[in-house]
Amino acid sequence: MTFDYSFALSTLPAFLKAVGVTLQVGFIAIATSLLVAIVNACLATFRVPLLWRLVPVYVELARNTPLLIQLFFIYFALPTIGLRLSGFSSAVIAMTFLGGAYLTEILRAGIDAVPKAQIESGLSIGLSRWQLLRHVVLPQAGILSLPALFANFVFLLKETTVVSAVAVPEILYTTKNYIALYYKTYEMLAVMTGLCVLLFLPLSLLLGVLERRLQHGQFGS
Amino acid sequence: MASSGLDLLWVSAPQLLTGAGRTLGISAWAIVISSLGGFVYGILRNLGKPWLDRVLRVYLELFRAIPVLVWLYLFFFGLPIFLGVSIPAFWCAVLVLSLWGASEVGEVVRGALRSLPRGQREAGLAIGLGTVELYGRVLLPQALKRLTPPVINVYTRLIKTSSLAVLIGVVDITKVGQQIIERTYESVLIYGFLFLFFFFVCYPLSAASRVLERRWSH
Repeated sequence: MTFDYSFALSTLPAFLKAVGVTLQVGFIAIATSLLVAIVNACLATFRVPLLWRLVPVYVELARNTPLLIQLFFIYFALPTIGLRLSGFSSAVIAMTFLGGAYLTEILRAGIDAVPKAQIESGLSIGLSRWQLLRHVVLPQAGILSLPALFANFVFLLKETTVVSAVAVPEILYTTKNYIALYYKTYEMLAVMTGLCVLLFLPLSLLLGVLERRLQHGQFGS
Repeated sequence: MASSGLDLLWVSAPQLLTGAGRTLGISAWAIVISSLGGFVYGILRNLGKPWLDRVLRVYLELFRAIPVLVWLYLFFFGLPIFLGVSIPAFWCAVLVLSLWGASEVGEVVRGALRSLPRGQREAGLAIGLGTVELYGRVLLPQALKRLTPPVINVYTRLIKTSSLAVLIGVVDITKVGQQIIERTYESVLIYGFLFLFFFFVCYPLSAASRVLERRWSH
């Protein structure tokens, strides 16, 4: 078994593009998930009629089903009822559906952890509920849930590998494609693994350091 | 439409059951193996042997950092060319999920053991218990309450992640569903069914985890 270096090198431009797609799907999904989570947090905090009761239903549905099935539903089932989406859009929507639920849970926990006195002081100096949320609760809840949020950002970025199943040309899809076209399994697995280690391992290690640091911080305070 | 949908599910029930058996089979094997592996990992990390710690840390970081689907491809496509052995896709999925699950369960066990008061260990050693008895009779029973809720969460993640097996060619419930769609074009019905299938398997587990966590949080 010899490693075909020139072939591996020749695929690098395609793989660089694939890394770009991975990051693109990942970052868009993280941003939209965060948006969904903030909206949900507001709905729950303000007890918006009807809607705030739907938030936990959504969270449970999204958290207790696999991303792959959510993705297949959006990509393969929605077109039959007239909603045709590209692989990329399906990927972003499915990941937002999943990620939004996870981040909602985290923000909710963060909001619960903001001391009651903060809210009472805010109300006593005459802040409106919106001002209270915007200037007092969300900033503190955001800081409190930062480690968990970051952990879930990394989780979502890793989950982008699943969207290869609907032909989004990210790292795994590109790998599978090249294996099917040229049978260069050895080389492509090496490139895939190398890229994933380069992309995800530093993030994962950083996350570990961050979590340990913040634990120390908690002991000190 | 509604009745024809139910009819289709009813007619396809034997096929769907086989697929469900395969999906739950992968999950069940992975849950059993990763529980055993996780306990071994957690205890080994607690022994305080630096070289052992280093090896296990590398294992943990690799399985934590690299997505499960990448591991699935590596084992499924890689084992035949690197080691000359090819294992059936079903067992490949069990193997990868078990290795991943053991690292997750293992970290929970390690954390739970570490959170016990140090006096427990010292008292056990002082009355002359060996390592096996110390863990089996003193430390693990106490850690059990703390580790059960998060370990159940790992189980639900294993069940959800077992759905990826279809991508290396296991004829699991998703594949069976796709075969039915090829015949009938009922994709909303079938994917809706798959969605609910996973939900009704996973929701009771995550609800139980939450209840236990609340009950035992003191």
